[in-house]
Amino acid sequence: MAEKKEKIPRQPMPEQAPEKRRANFEEVPLGYTAEAARLEASRCLQCKKPSCVSGCPVEIDIPGFIESIREGDFSAAISKLKEKTALPAVCGRVCPQEVQCEAECLLGRKDDPVAIGRLERFAADSARERGDKSRPAIAAKTGKSVAIVGSGPSGVTVAGDLILKGHDVTIYEAFHKPGGVLVYGIPEFRLPKRIVQEEMDALAELGVKFQTNAVIGRTEAVDELLERHDAVFIGVGAGLPSFMSIPGENLIGIYSANEYLTRSNLMKAYLFPVYDTPIVIGKNVAVIGAGNVAMDSARTALRLGADKVRIVYRRSREEMPARAEEIHHGEQEGVEIHLLTNPVRFIGDEKGRVKAMECIKMELGEPDESGRRRPVPIKDSNFIMETDLVVIAVGAGANPLITSTTAGLATNKWGYILTEERTGKTKKPRVWAGGDIVTGQATVILAMGAGRQAANSIHNFLTWGW
Amino acid sequence: MYKIVEREEMAQGTVVRNVIEAPKVARKAQPGQFVILKANETGERIPLTMADTDPEHGTITVIYQVVGKSTALFKTLQVGDGFQDLLGPLGRPTHVEKYDGLVIIVGGGTGTAVVHPITKAFKAAGNRVVGIIGSRTKDLLILEKEMTAASSELRVCTDDGSYGHHGFVTDVLKQYLEGGQKVSLVVAAGPVPMMKFVSKMTKEYGVKTLVSLNSIMIDGTGMCGGCRVSISGKNRFTCVEGPEFDGHEVDFDQLTQRLGAYRDMEKTAMEKFEHDCKIGLKS
Repeated sequence: MAEKKEKIPRQPMPEQAPEKRRANFEEVPLGYTAEAARLEASRCLQCKKPSCVSGCPVEIDIPGFIESIREGDFSAAISKLKEKTALPAVCGRVCPQEVQCEAECLLGRKDDPVAIGRLERFAADSARERGDKSRPAIAAKTGKSVAIVGSGPSGVTVAGDLILKGHDVTIYEAFHKPGGVLVYGIPEFRLPKRIVQEEMDALAELGVKFQTNAVIGRTEAVDELLERHDAVFIGVGAGLPSFMSIPGENLIGIYSANEYLTRSNLMKAYLFPVYDTPIVIGKNVAVIGAGNVAMDSARTALRLGADKVRIVYRRSREEMPARAEEIHHGEQEGVEIHLLTNPVRFIGDEKGRVKAMECIKMELGEPDESGRRRPVPIKDSNFIMETDLVVIAVGAGANPLITSTTAGLATNKWGYILTEERTGKTKKPRVWAGGDIVTGQATVILAMGAGRQAANSIHNFLTWGW
Repeated sequence: MYKIVEREEMAQGTVVRNVIEAPKVARKAQPGQFVILKANETGERIPLTMADTDPEHGTITVIYQVVGKSTALFKTLQVGDGFQDLLGPLGRPTHVEKYDGLVIIVGGGTGTAVVHPITKAFKAAGNRVVGIIGSRTKDLLILEKEMTAASSELRVCTDDGSYGHHGFVTDVLKQYLEGGQKVSLVVAAGPVPMMKFVSKMTKEYGVKTLVSLNSIMIDGTGMCGGCRVSISGKNRFTCVEGPEFDGHEVDFDQLTQRLGAYRDMEKTAMEKFEHDCKIGLKS
């Protein structure tokens, strides 16, 4: 008689304790041990028609890599992953699996879903620790050349795909280090930069060429790239910080989240004065917004020495866009969440530094264009919140550097590049685009999905001419 | 690595000129544009206007004053050394056209390096260009020879009277504004108080004025907003819409305040640098 399999619970992820981790920049989730990974992998039902795969923007063979982990063949697991993702160590850390693959998991209907993200991270990390450099085979050289503008998630996915197909690939990156949001936006304690660099190095080993300090739109135009490359992919991201346009916004100590995070993450201001870039240290911090960028800013401020960090959000908890895991970790570390509150103006001292913020309470009315209930100020509910550092994390739009210097690229009224669905083709011949510059601020994995589609389309064009 | 091929110390060592190999930038650069430089792994990214470019030889020239850790670090770089990172050309080029009246270009301190390429460009466009350059004292004056060649006529001022006119650049500017000759445009670059007072003066005479702003920057491509300035009450980014703006619209007081954002940390960094240098530690 077949024995009833003992139910194995979803394996917990060991984490740094909140009191300890709010003072350091090391990772919070520490990763599975091999035993925990194999145990978690054994929970997978190995569905014949895996719905998890349809939840993955790059269609990783999820049951496939999980089965390899269960068998203890970690090398096979990473090989399977690398067939579909150029950044397995990154996605395992930053993907919102809870609304993607894990949301579709059949096991999740009656029990906790398989911890797919944690297993992906385990496979990638153990490969790195083993020095596993195995990579898929590279097709014969085609003699075709592709330029990729931007070394963020969409650009490196296009690069990873096309290099394997035998094309010549050059990535042009404006910053001095590649990675895009992976290196300037996401903090060290969520995504160690050493890991990002290793993923970039792996691409370089495959033959991808990187040119940093190359601002396409200034150093060179897209049309110049088209003179020496057969195709161009634009993956420059949504790099235009949104401000609130309220009085006092230019006081010292008021940052866009982009600036705050770039100083801390890319320029490593958290290591000042060993690293030269300064950053304002706030003791009493307010972060406006409640997405992942706001949570990253808040948790960074804590680690930089704040006594009090508040998220100030104009809607309610249900509408907060941040990942549940990030909110949870933030609150454990001491981040306070102030809901239904919006700043009206900033107040400075005689030296021009912010010292307080006048706020107003909000209530929720009818839904707006985003589908979320519209926040409406409550008359005469104004109050003063003391603060010496404000980070404005209310979104980012389309940076016009490429679009305003490239003829023939059609954009919508917000400046995002218009592309053909499913191929990423722009109106300009031989030019594709994907990621946040097309969709507006989204996620790493969605940008990768767009990169995957564009790579397929570019490959078809280079091979067949259409 | 972006190699330094020529190096000169000026103004008693307080100002340094570097000619740097950067062929792609040299080919594209236009007057008024700047580059972002980073010395090494731990260094800051800082903007410096290009004082000159040589597309044929693939080099650009920057001239900087040593004011803190980063510029002090740059000063230690010799010919053959280089900057780890260099990015450009950034910012909008100066809009140059032929005017009926005089074009007066004012440079204060290292602002003279900023206006040098602009002066050349306006003269090349057929304008009668008056250059007015100033410094605190004779030994701190830079590019007098170059500015003489670049302008139709050059006037020099020193605060202490050790050379040229004894007084400020605005004294000499006033002479021209009152002089009877039509002045079509004034361009000014230098310390913020100088640009502020030049603009105040020209506003009274209704003369269009451009100033080149020196906001603190990080990326230089418009993605962080750190360099934002208030122009007629609206925010603009110095790195993408500037560095030049209409002097009558700039909130100079706000710019002055924002430039002081990191005074304390700058002091710490400089003290550490001087200490490390003393004990022989590389920074």
